[in-house]
Amino acid sequence: MKSMAVLEVLKPGMLTTIQDLGRSGYQQFGIVVSGAMDKYAMRMANLLAGNDENAAVLEITLTGPTFSILEDCKIAITGADLSPSVNGKPIPLWTEMDLKKGTVLEFGPIIDGCRTYLAIAGGFDAPLLMGSRSTYLRANIGGYEGRKLQKGDVLHAYNSQHETRKGYRKSLHSELIPKYANEITLRIIKGPQWDAFTEDSQKKFLASTYEVSAHSDRMGYRLQGERLETNLTQEQITDPIPNGAIQIPNNGEPILLLADRQTTGGYPKIGVVVTVDLFKIAQGKPGDLVFFEAIDIEESHRLLAEQESVFKLLSVSNR
Amino acid sequence: MQFDCRPAGDCAVLVSFEQKISEDINENVIRLAECIHQAGIHGVEELVPAFATVMIYYNPLHITCSELIKRIHLIDVSSVSQKKKKMVVHDIPVLYGGDAGPDLAFIAEYHHLIEQEVIRIHTEEIYRVYMIGFVPGFPYLGGLDSRIHTPRLESPRLQTPAGSVGIAGQQTGIYPLTTPGGWRIIGRTPAPLFKPEETERPVLISPGDAIRFIPITEERYSELMHEDTPQYKGGSY
Repeated sequence: MKSMAVLEVLKPGMLTTIQDLGRSGYQQFGIVVSGAMDKYAMRMANLLAGNDENAAVLEITLTGPTFSILEDCKIAITGADLSPSVNGKPIPLWTEMDLKKGTVLEFGPIIDGCRTYLAIAGGFDAPLLMGSRSTYLRANIGGYEGRKLQKGDVLHAYNSQHETRKGYRKSLHSELIPKYANEITLRIIKGPQWDAFTEDSQKKFLASTYEVSAHSDRMGYRLQGERLETNLTQEQITDPIPNGAIQIPNNGEPILLLADRQTTGGYPKIGVVVTVDLFKIAQGKPGDLVFFEAIDIEESHRLLAEQESVFKLLSVSNR
Repeated sequence: MQFDCRPAGDCAVLVSFEQKISEDINENVIRLAECIHQAGIHGVEELVPAFATVMIYYNPLHITCSELIKRIHLIDVSSVSQKKKKMVVHDIPVLYGGDAGPDLAFIAEYHHLIEQEVIRIHTEEIYRVYMIGFVPGFPYLGGLDSRIHTPRLESPRLQTPAGSVGIAGQQTGIYPLTTPGGWRIIGRTPAPLFKPEETERPVLISPGDAIRFIPITEERYSELMHEDTPQYKGGSY
């Protein structure tokens, strides 16, 4: 596929990586899934830019980078509001935007959320590794040379099939734009090791407030609050870890495992956050408060089907 | 074959066998994973076998949790159980001691053995690969001889080079990537355990395989490091 140079990094920001929906299918070999932390915002960015949902985007964390625009291009920015602007003029989120060659795209103060997604029409060019372009930093694979963006990097985008219609700019309906709060309620499915916890700990887990610690990253969010205990008399045997699993290590404080989680682990998991709520914690920052609410699996599937029908409708109208 | 199935979130079902580390149980785990794979159940997206569990990742838009669990219980594992799969044994060449194995001397001293004896004990065994996990290509091996069980380093090294072969408590293993680590390092292998560019087979070893360590000289080590497609089978070192 042909691609062209579109963005040059003038300032790298804190942590910007190339991500798609992740490297699934290889967990049996220990290959970490990675991919966008907030898949809702990431998929919406792609749809607004006229891409397939899985096209590679930039995931921008807290402090945004500054880019020089090397070619006329179409982008969409979604997720956290990090005050994006072009040549000093603020630009809207959740909207397709035409950028002119020679302009400068930069980010400013954090208004809300933690992670911004920048999709470009055609998708970012990165080697396809085990079916994905996602960056996995710990193994230095995928994305842009397996690392976060640095000053001087030049990003390429594939040629877009998207036709531009003059005077028409797609924007997401406000009802579909999530609000990122500092108090986050996460719905969970109990288990797989819910029964291993004491009755007291099960109650505490659902009734108390946890605070997102500063030791939180793409691998997992450490939460501070009530310590939880199990009835286990011997150590749990290492088993696989799904996205959103809440594992309780020996110190009793939960760790919520996310995109860059290790494929397997040896701590009991009291619950797993439902798919439609994962974006909330992906947009959470240190100091935010987290509450857990247990729902049943039928309910979680109903919520997921509802969300997916929105994506289905939007992707139809994109063709 | 006794197992139970329970949800692990809204996109995964965890199949659990008796929770202990045993070759028989792990053999059942791998067989069941194969059977589920062969059954081609619509909506099943990925299978991850571990010591005594199989995680089934599925798409709930295609199959419900209860339907999936029903289908798993209907699988006839006995047909596969009869055919004992031939075990694949990987020969892993290792340069023991020196800079490649900085903790070999400690382990020898700890057990009142000479270094050659530690190497002999470590290379005598055929180690079962129970599962791959933690980091890309990291094999969880069973069966380390109790004569060389050794506690971990008191404080982990910041960098353990890729290919390092080590001992931690009752386990032995190989680091596929350069990472921080608390294992006692006795040698290093030139065999690449993780090759991300090879989509078909990014990892040399699969769950259910076995590993045998073969001692090599420094000369052979650097030869193997410089060969494009070295042969790690056949024990010709």
